Amino acid sequence: MSWTADEMMTVAAARALRGDTRCFVGIGLPSTAANLARRTHAPELVLVYESGTIGAKPDRLPLSIGDGVLAATADAVVSVPEMFNYWLQPGRIGVGFLGAAQIDRHGNINTTVIGPDYADPGVRLPGAGGAPEIAASCGEVIVVVRQSRRTFVDRVDFVTSFGHGSGPGDRARLGLRGRGPVLVITDLGVLEPDPDTRELILTRLHPGVTAEQAVAATGWPLRAAAAVTTTEPPSEDELTALRALTGAKENP
Amino acid sequence: MSARIVPLADAIAELVHDGDTVALEGFTHLIPVAAGHEIIRQGRRGLTLVRMTPDIVYDQLIGAGCAAKLVFSWAGNPGVGSLHRFRDAVQHGWPAPLEIEEHSHAGMANRYVAGASGLPFAVLRGYLGTDLPAHTATIAPITCPFTGETLTAVPALNPDVGIVHAQRADRAGNVQFWGITGVHKEVVLASARSLVTVEEIVDELTPVPGAVVLPGWAVTRVAPVPGGAHPSYAMGYSDRDNDYYQAWDRISRDRDTFGEWLTGVRA
Repeated sequence: MSWTADEMMTVAAARALRGDTRCFVGIGLPSTAANLARRTHAPELVLVYESGTIGAKPDRLPLSIGDGVLAATADAVVSVPEMFNYWLQPGRIGVGFLGAAQIDRHGNINTTVIGPDYADPGVRLPGAGGAPEIAASCGEVIVVVRQSRRTFVDRVDFVTSFGHGSGPGDRARLGLRGRGPVLVITDLGVLEPDPDTRELILTRLHPGVTAEQAVAATGWPLRAAAAVTTTEPPSEDELTALRALTGAKENP
Repeated sequence: MSARIVPLADAIAELVHDGDTVALEGFTHLIPVAAGHEIIRQGRRGLTLVRMTPDIVYDQLIGAGCAAKLVFSWAGNPGVGSLHRFRDAVQHGWPAPLEIEEHSHAGMANRYVAGASGLPFAVLRGYLGTDLPAHTATIAPITCPFTGETLTAVPALNPDVGIVHAQRADRAGNVQFWGITGVHKEVVLASARSLVTVEEIVDELTPVPGAVVLPGWAVTRVAPVPGGAHPSYAMGYSDRDNDYYQAWDRISRDRDTFGEWLTGVRA
């Protein structure tokens, strides 16, 4: 079976989730990937949505974080203050799964405004939602986002969700408990923070993608890890499960 | 029937005044959309609108020119994209300039908790390292008096009017809701006056797993509005109209098609 770059990205993101994890799921690409993981290798994965649904088991992809199917299939449904105060804040959720409008060299995320002037923005985006505290308090963060120069910038216009700040030690200085972004999974490959500098570097390419393509789609001089590996192509089972979820019928 | 139970138009006329701070809540579920339309019909102006997730209903109120200020944490069309009327107001001041006060969900939820609790502020581990505190005056660092740790304080939200939708009420005006309950309880208890629109009035509130009951005396007015959450939903009564959320993207995208929609609501 052939596949699209988006399908490769979603499959790669799903594989990053282990079955014994509790995952705080953002809507869009992260939700598709988390649901795919639950339907393939990680049936025990606990999906947590900020609407208050813990352990949701949707049989179809929810359009929003509050679709009825999430509440109807959840192990527990809690109020929004309880979700953030009792479940997220103390560090009970292992993985935060986030998207981004802009992400920078150190994994900081912007979903607020594009442009230098907050008061007079070039583009007004939806804003923070649950993301700042998800990025702060989950054990670790995985970002799923399509890679382009518009999105992968040297420095975000606005820090909505803190990644690694401007380098090593910044998270600890702020007293943030989670490890922050550990994986950035794109339609081209995977970026991970360099252990010494916390700068995002290229560690993996999806099949058929070149390092030059990844560099061209990044707004800072993207460095590559000593050994860049190649992602295993999506299996037939993964693609079948993904297409059943998204309703995609035809092969590209 | 309790005198608390009144028609929607009467409730809005009595409770919502020009210049008020008004919170319509409902986290994807049980959003009081019909109440928002009634506010538009009655032509309220200069409102400070408060809502964690200003989605379609606030796009409509903003586009209709009811709002002077928005207090929020996520302004989008969930699962679809941008709110075009909100963006037009922030980026171009159309139909009127819109002041914004921007938070995160955790911060907004805690502000309602403080409001419902009769406290001046709430404390959370939030906003650290973000650019939000630099632009939002209602976010401030606070030192824990016991551990010395730096945390974040946010002031209580106490709206003039809090409005939510619920599944049902009994004839005494006691209210019951279940499913995703969001900040329903908190916004009703935090507000000086409150209105709950309901799918139906019943003789008895039979128990439902996970349901919240608000005693009638804690609610100012109850208005029966079947389908009053559409295109949001009321678990057990209706499904989320995802097609409408998609359609709103087209309706709201330009001022003229939105104007046609507005004419329909006002008619």
